[in-house]
Amino acid sequence: MTLNKSLLIPLVVFVLLILLLGLGFTLKDPHFLPSELIDKPFPEFSLVDLESAQTRTREDVLGDIVLVNVWATWCPNCLIEHPELTRIAADEGVTLVGVNYNDESVKARRWLQRHGDPYSFHIVDNEGRLAIDLGVYGAPETFVVDQQGVIRYRHVGPVTRDVWQRTLAPVIDLLESGV
Amino acid sequence: MKSLLSLLILLIIPPISMAAIDAYQFPNDELSVRYHELIAQLRCPQCLNTNISGSDAMIAKDLRSETHRLLLDGKTDDEILDFMHERYGDFILYNPRVTLGTAVLWFAPLLFVLIALVTLVSIVRRRLVLGKPEVDVEQLNALLGKHEGEQR
Repeated sequence: MTLNKSLLIPLVVFVLLILLLGLGFTLKDPHFLPSELIDKPFPEFSLVDLESAQTRTREDVLGDIVLVNVWATWCPNCLIEHPELTRIAADEGVTLVGVNYNDESVKARRWLQRHGDPYSFHIVDNEGRLAIDLGVYGAPETFVVDQQGVIRYRHVGPVTRDVWQRTLAPVIDLLESGV
Repeated sequence: MKSLLSLLILLIIPPISMAAIDAYQFPNDELSVRYHELIAQLRCPQCLNTNISGSDAMIAKDLRSETHRLLLDGKTDDEILDFMHERYGDFILYNPRVTLGTAVLWFAPLLFVLIALVTLVSIVRRRLVLGKPEVDVEQLNALLGKHEGEQR
């Protein structure tokens, strides 16, 4: 039996379309936005410190490889990632800088008293201006900032042991070896 | 009766929480109009399919306030859209820019129309060529039981 080949065209188109649409299901998280700020300098800011009257600027973030963690007391995932961040600061010797995002400083200090404060310092971003400059759209978000103050990696969502091992640690190792 | 009345009241009172309403002051109507146009064409990064005008998300609120601030700073619409694009990427613009990455989005429909046109033309042409009534005279004659000789 000979088959008219042109009859197969709609079938082929259909299969291709299904494959294309199927691709949509493989996207892990539709919320994930690729960051525009990778390999761009950490934004300039001038904001008050959470635990002192000091003003914090971009200069305070420079010099070392730093994990900048955007957190808030209203954010349940921030509590979830807190033990892992504490471990990273203690065991891995990574400098943690907090950005207290759209929060109340009194609550934030109380939160840190209760759960521990592994951070070097916290930047108070009550109006979310620094967060906007960082392209943040929720908390928690964590940025790897290199020695020159360039953003090298961004993680959206809680930092778990798995996230540390798979993404953050390799990125930091790479940055350290590159020096 | 009482419950019917309260139901009526509930139906009549407009849903207050439908859209976020911020009390932003503008020195003139032009700025206010531009503000509403801008927040309508910026997509809320947190909530996938809502613009920042219609979202209660914290980030939408912050971006509205940022838009308001930038407008008061005398920024043009393009500058404000650039500002948002630099920080949140293509996602934030409901009207995506033509770049290498979004080219498929912009030109695929055109491509499909072209493919359809080419297909249409080729089908019509084939029909025109094959379209003349194809009568196998010999077979016809055989069916009619006539001899070739008689035909001529």
